[in-house]
Amino acid sequence: MEKMIAGKPITVNEEGYLTNFNQWDEKIGEAIAAEANISLTPRHWDVIKYLQTEEKNQVPLSIRRVGKSGVVDIKEFYSLFPNAPLKTATKIAGIPKPASCI
Amino acid sequence: MNENNGAIKKMMIILSKGTLENVYAAFVLANGARMEGIEAEMFFTFFGLEAVHQKKLAHLHTATVGNPAMHIPTMLGGLPGMEAFATSMMKKEMEKIDMPDVQEFLEILSASGVKLWACKLAMDMFHYKKEDLYEGIDEVITVGDFYKKSEGDGVHMLFI
Repeated sequence: MEKMIAGKPITVNEEGYLTNFNQWDEKIGEAIAAEANISLTPRHWDVIKYLQTEEKNQVPLSIRRVGKSGVVDIKEFYSLFPNAPLKTATKIAGIPKPASCI
Repeated sequence: MNENNGAIKKMMIILSKGTLENVYAAFVLANGARMEGIEAEMFFTFFGLEAVHQKKLAHLHTATVGNPAMHIPTMLGGLPGMEAFATSMMKKEMEKIDMPDVQEFLEILSASGVKLWACKLAMDMFHYKKEDLYEGIDEVITVGDFYKKSEGDGVHMLFI
């Protein structure tokens, strides 16, 4: 389905995740973050860029892996993205929702 | 169950068993709740205390006797070494799926904001002191305290 995000028609799935990363840019990320009541700081961007790189390298994402990334620890990850950090951060990053249980 | 359309706001997970598979089940459920933005608290009681006992948490075993799903005949399951063998097999498989060990899992839970409570009655029964437990244990509390913490809309309780 299509959704207007930051003034552009963007293809998203029923949960609001982008289905085509090529449509993503930082303005889109900021708009999705605003919907989740998050205003993005440089620390948020560090995490978002890291997640995008991992996704590009086809690394399966999990809370544990993010915690070991050296980019952010689990505590800070939860404080940056308070509600469901991995789900929220990947949505902002324009990448698919991870299917991990850990 | 109709409040907030049945949305789950908080999981109260009671762990009463110290076998590896039960401990992991409880940890995955608590962590999984946090990952979904649901609050989670854990209450460790009876043998569940082994999962947070500093000297014991790294040595939890899976049970080979009285567990039909292991597909080991009970008589064989009781042979010396069987439990250690099954446990090491299980730990190997867990490593493959990126499952942390008990100590690391506790650290993940603490960092994720899961409250960890130890049961006072069970602590007294086993003669454990708070210093014996994993440092991230928030407090030793009574069952009454735990019920008090469970008040509110959308709170679910789970006994393992």
